[in-house]
Amino acid sequence: MFEIFGIPSSALFGQLLIGLINGSFYALLSLGLAVIFGMLNIINFAHGAQYMMGAFVAFFLLQYAGINYWLALVIAPLMVGAFGVVMERLFLQWLYKLDHLYGLLLTFGIALIVEGLFRNQFGSSGLPYRVPDALQGGQNLGFMFLPNYRAWVVVFSLVVCLTTWFVIERTKLGSYLRAATENPTLVRAFGINVPRMITLTYGFGVGLAALAGVMAAPIYNVSPQMGAHLIIVVFAVVVIGGMGSILGAIVTGFGLGVIEGLTKVFFPEASNTVIFVIMAIVLLIRPAGLFGRRA
Amino acid sequence: MKRLLGTAALAVVLAAGTAQAQMSDGIIKIGVMNDMSGTYADLTGPGSVVAAQMAVEDFGAAAKGLKVEIVGADHQNKPDVGSNVVRQWIDVDKVDVIVDVPTSSVALAVNEIVRQKNKVFLISGAAASNLTGDKCSPNTVHWTYDTWALANGTGNAIVKTGGKNWFFLTADYAFGHALERDTAAVVEKNGGKVLGKVRHPFPATDFSSFLLQAQTSKAQVIGLANAGADTTNAIKQAAEFGIVKGGQSLAALLIFISDVKALGLPIAQGLTFTEAWYWDLNDANRDFAKRFAPRNKGIYPSMIHAGVYSAVTHYLKAVSDLKSDADGKAVVAKMKSMGTDDKLFGKGTIRADGRKIHPMYLFEVKKPAESKGVWDLYKLRATIPAAEAFRPISEGKCPLVSG
Repeated sequence: MFEIFGIPSSALFGQLLIGLINGSFYALLSLGLAVIFGMLNIINFAHGAQYMMGAFVAFFLLQYAGINYWLALVIAPLMVGAFGVVMERLFLQWLYKLDHLYGLLLTFGIALIVEGLFRNQFGSSGLPYRVPDALQGGQNLGFMFLPNYRAWVVVFSLVVCLTTWFVIERTKLGSYLRAATENPTLVRAFGINVPRMITLTYGFGVGLAALAGVMAAPIYNVSPQMGAHLIIVVFAVVVIGGMGSILGAIVTGFGLGVIEGLTKVFFPEASNTVIFVIMAIVLLIRPAGLFGRRA
Repeated sequence: MKRLLGTAALAVVLAAGTAQAQMSDGIIKIGVMNDMSGTYADLTGPGSVVAAQMAVEDFGAAAKGLKVEIVGADHQNKPDVGSNVVRQWIDVDKVDVIVDVPTSSVALAVNEIVRQKNKVFLISGAAASNLTGDKCSPNTVHWTYDTWALANGTGNAIVKTGGKNWFFLTADYAFGHALERDTAAVVEKNGGKVLGKVRHPFPATDFSSFLLQAQTSKAQVIGLANAGADTTNAIKQAAEFGIVKGGQSLAALLIFISDVKALGLPIAQGLTFTEAWYWDLNDANRDFAKRFAPRNKGIYPSMIHAGVYSAVTHYLKAVSDLKSDADGKAVVAKMKSMGTDDKLFGKGTIRADGRKIHPMYLFEVKKPAESKGVWDLYKLRATIPAAEAFRPISEGKCPLVSG
């Protein structure tokens, strides 16, 4: 085995792969944020809380109803998505015409309330959730041991990301959506129910967060603060990718996961900050983000 | 990101009685500061406030004519936030004694402020052994446990059963560094070797990268010098990456009952670790746990909660004997001069360097089949006698100890 900067290449490959796995969570979450910002112009600070809710719903389903992981992958996003729809109807729909700041403050407040309620109810140490039986164990790749569950996370989130990108950028439904955000009045004139479409889009974005939450449940602690830890990083990912850019969110999500993974090998103490350093550099050079279009 | 639950807190005034003129402002004011909302909230948090309240009630403060008030605050694991709260408490709110304070970086900051202001600091939550070593203070008592005791208990037990080569996964702040340092010393003293270490940010969520580095090191034992959700996440992910199956073993150097419950027995079983107190050790402890849990949302007491109870009890005895809480140094000197004796920790002493001395226990997590209830989690492997449980006073380099 050869060495790169004093690190055996086998270790390096392993770290790259792990970076990719973590990146898939960043990608899924930042994708939801990008969809919501791109279509609704809302900076959804409740995204972390909604991700946490997804994990908790998966836990409840298993604990109290005996519903397994696979069904939870469908049910949890639907339930949390429905919560998102209610939120949009009750609060967010009044804010579209106002400055971004109002949406940000509102969703931030909701996130604090939701996290506070969960912590009050379930404590902060978290709840156990098992890796589903079909994905127990792992593969020995020679350079590392890859748990089956992690492999599934990468593949599944890639599929979800690409499908979302395809639907929004390449289908008729997607073109309605994009048109509706550019000029809602004109699109309405064609007989399309724009408010409903916007509501469902928010529900979908929230559902994506919940989906990531279900996927995170078996590997991270299901705890009320799991979203708060992640949300700041995910916002940095969205800013680097370019606010509202779907492809940007996906590519930077995976890319930053890898960069963070490498930092954990070469300079582990900085692994928390490296993403923000990159964000600062990107904002200096390309203020609209790597994939963003200038408004 | 963390909320400013902060100083908005539970204030409980217990009993009127005739206030004693000798008490500063007539009231003994106890400030319980810890992590009320983050990763350490279940093992310290609101439970420590409950423990302090129970100590005051059981002491019968009202009947003895003492007026006691308890306030709580969230330091969010940040030294700057903790320092501000403590300054405000002492300068404005006339708090006489600061209790608990997990997160060693915060405790070290508070330690200095309390010394300057000549109040009293009773530590239950923080671990760094520096608090009775080079940073010892005449105003501080370190009650429940410390990194040296953990390293001594768990490190010794593992090295003696053949775990000679170690790799450390360390939380990158004062506590993690202290725990790593003290454990490495034990390992090397017993003829073991430290092959490497990696310092992760605090708090962290994903440990796979660090675990992979530990795996590559080929060390027999991976020492987890972290706490709370960091430890549980690391253990959970180590199981996922087949680290234990691959022949390496994990040493959770600091783990609490709420962590074990969060992990679940299937993953946690067999872990060996050191603690100062467990609810199921004897009748007095069981009785305390049964009274405590309903007041703390059903969560059973951790050793930190028990330590708060025990420390506050002893403090009240000292203040009541002295008939004054005004001079922090005098109160701590009194606490040191009288032997400790309470329901939960039994008889003990406080050394000149501020170290409270009592036995420590080596526990093992039960197998799922052995557990008879959600909180029936540990079995006792060994008792480390009080005389051997803590760092000898001569090795601590505490400036208070002459010679």
